[in-house]
Amino acid sequence: MPELVLQLTRAGFLALLWLFVLVALRVVRSDLYAASGLRAVLPGGGRVTARSGRSRTPRQLIVTQGPLAGTRITLDARPILIGRADDSTLKLDDDYASTRHARISRQGEEWYVEDLGSTNGTYLDRAKVTGPTRVPLGAPVRIGKTVIELRS
Amino acid sequence: MAAPEISRAAGAGNRADPPALPTGRTIELLLLVFSVVIVTSALVLVEANQEQELTPTLLYVGLAYLVVLGLAHLAVRRFAPYADPLILPSVGLLNGLGLVMIHRLDLADADRAALLGQDPPDSLVFRQILWTALGLALFIAVLWRVKDHRTLARYGFTCGLAGLVLLALPGVLPSSISEVNGAKLWIRIGGAGIQPGEFAKILLIIFFSAYLVQKRDLFAGAGRRFLGMELPRARDLAPLLVAWGLSVVILVFERDLGSSLLIFGMVLVLLYAATERVSWLVIGLSIFAVGAFIAYQLFGHVQVRVEVWLDPFTDYDNRGYQIAQALFGLGTGGVGGTGLGAGRPDLVPFAESDFIFSSLGEELGLIGLASILIVYLVLITRGLRSALAVRDNFGKLLATGLAFSVALQCFVVIGGVTKLIPLTGLTLPFLSYGGSSLLANYALVALLLRISNAARAPLTRRPAAPAVPIADAGTELVPRPTQGPGA
Repeated sequence: MPELVLQLTRAGFLALLWLFVLVALRVVRSDLYAASGLRAVLPGGGRVTARSGRSRTPRQLIVTQGPLAGTRITLDARPILIGRADDSTLKLDDDYASTRHARISRQGEEWYVEDLGSTNGTYLDRAKVTGPTRVPLGAPVRIGKTVIELRS
Repeated sequence: MAAPEISRAAGAGNRADPPALPTGRTIELLLLVFSVVIVTSALVLVEANQEQELTPTLLYVGLAYLVVLGLAHLAVRRFAPYADPLILPSVGLLNGLGLVMIHRLDLADADRAALLGQDPPDSLVFRQILWTALGLALFIAVLWRVKDHRTLARYGFTCGLAGLVLLALPGVLPSSISEVNGAKLWIRIGGAGIQPGEFAKILLIIFFSAYLVQKRDLFAGAGRRFLGMELPRARDLAPLLVAWGLSVVILVFERDLGSSLLIFGMVLVLLYAATERVSWLVIGLSIFAVGAFIAYQLFGHVQVRVEVWLDPFTDYDNRGYQIAQALFGLGTGGVGGTGLGAGRPDLVPFAESDFIFSSLGEELGLIGLASILIVYLVLITRGLRSALAVRDNFGKLLATGLAFSVALQCFVVIGGVTKLIPLTGLTLPFLSYGGSSLLANYALVALLLRISNAARAPLTRRPAAPAVPIADAGTELVPRPTQGPGA
């Protein structure tokens, strides 16, 4: 093979290898920001949800303390039931929680927590929840041993 | 209880399901095609530089490789639709480059034989192609049979026992069957041989993950604090000591440095991942150091390896020849390499198995080697990422162990070839010539894909209760709940 062709193909092949690496790294980047348990949302595609309102609307519910710490639930319009019942959205395994303990639901752009007649009560930032109470972003809601927060 | 005015029915009904998340299968297919293009052009370059005739056959070979990988891709689509899109293309690229390199070394061997007027030696690449096909068949079979990785946890102890038997088998068999080049790790019947240790590796990872998930609390039990670390209790050290003993036994009876290192490192990392305690690493590394020192004092073959590592050029003509040649090869390659097919990687003994990295280094140079290393890195990080994202503890540990075993193997082999650490004699996953290694690694990758599928698949939510006002709802029979409601 002529020397020039050899040199060109040599460089070309290395470039091809690196192109593969770059494409692979681009795919890696696309779900770099998705934290554990979250599904990747590719930039550009699939961002149909949310974004319509202010960025301060809660988008996920995070368990910050308790046996389920680290669990995230992506919020949509549906209410979130919390308790020991099997059909709860967040099923607690906690002796201090009732079967149907609390519900967090959306009203307009705000999220409200209400106690469903639990034995040990639901607390929003130390205050006992008696009626439906608005949950600000990042405010801890305590249910038995579990603490949850809303995050944007 | 004052029920808030929440338009539940409207909320549940008006809203469409969230848009389907990308499964990554299209990206996987595109990357697979890309990797086959790279492999085919590598083949063309080798043939051109080796003054072979360029025929359309080369393209057919590339197409055949694409078809075989395409079958694996279809199997992934069918059995693990949400699996990680990067793992299979990385494996396809590495395996293909390995095949091309082995073919290239075959050509060099045939040349030399022709020059000396001998019959051309057996072509290794055809065997390796056969092993690749078998490996992909095993890959598909594992994906098909293992529907959920959590079922493997049930067979934890069975796997552990099978792994031990496989590991011990070559050690107790007579040397005529099991010994090749001084290491007793083969079972050879007729012409074909397998290294059961490669499969034992995966079985032992399954066993240790299942065992550690079961006994996790035990190992996290409080012990004394020392130098800012929580020390584990003495009796909890048992599994680590068992692994240590196991690797020593392999070292003594099978004279296989690589496997013993691999198994010990694997157990250590699984223990660390299960308990998050640095003290395990410190204890593990110190008993490793003790074991290494004793092995050095007692066994000649370990001493030889260390001497060759310290200075391969003092005994250049004899024991240091292999590694010295590999270093010369890497040096010849330099930054840009000599070009595929234009170097002399065949001068290194075992260039196609243990030393394939130096062969690639000679012809692709630092730039090419770095890209290969990054492909390995992508493979490993995708495995570890699946471990982070999967929700069950067994899956987390299993994926960590599998991904880490690939990482450790790469480190040990590449470190050995480049004279960073003493040479141990493992194969580089997917690149090196070796059927057992290829088969076992395809099974390993199938398990990783299975776990990543579980990690990326959308949560299957129960369908929300129909939002009919309670007064309008008809009576229906519901099954009695299995456990009575508490509180």
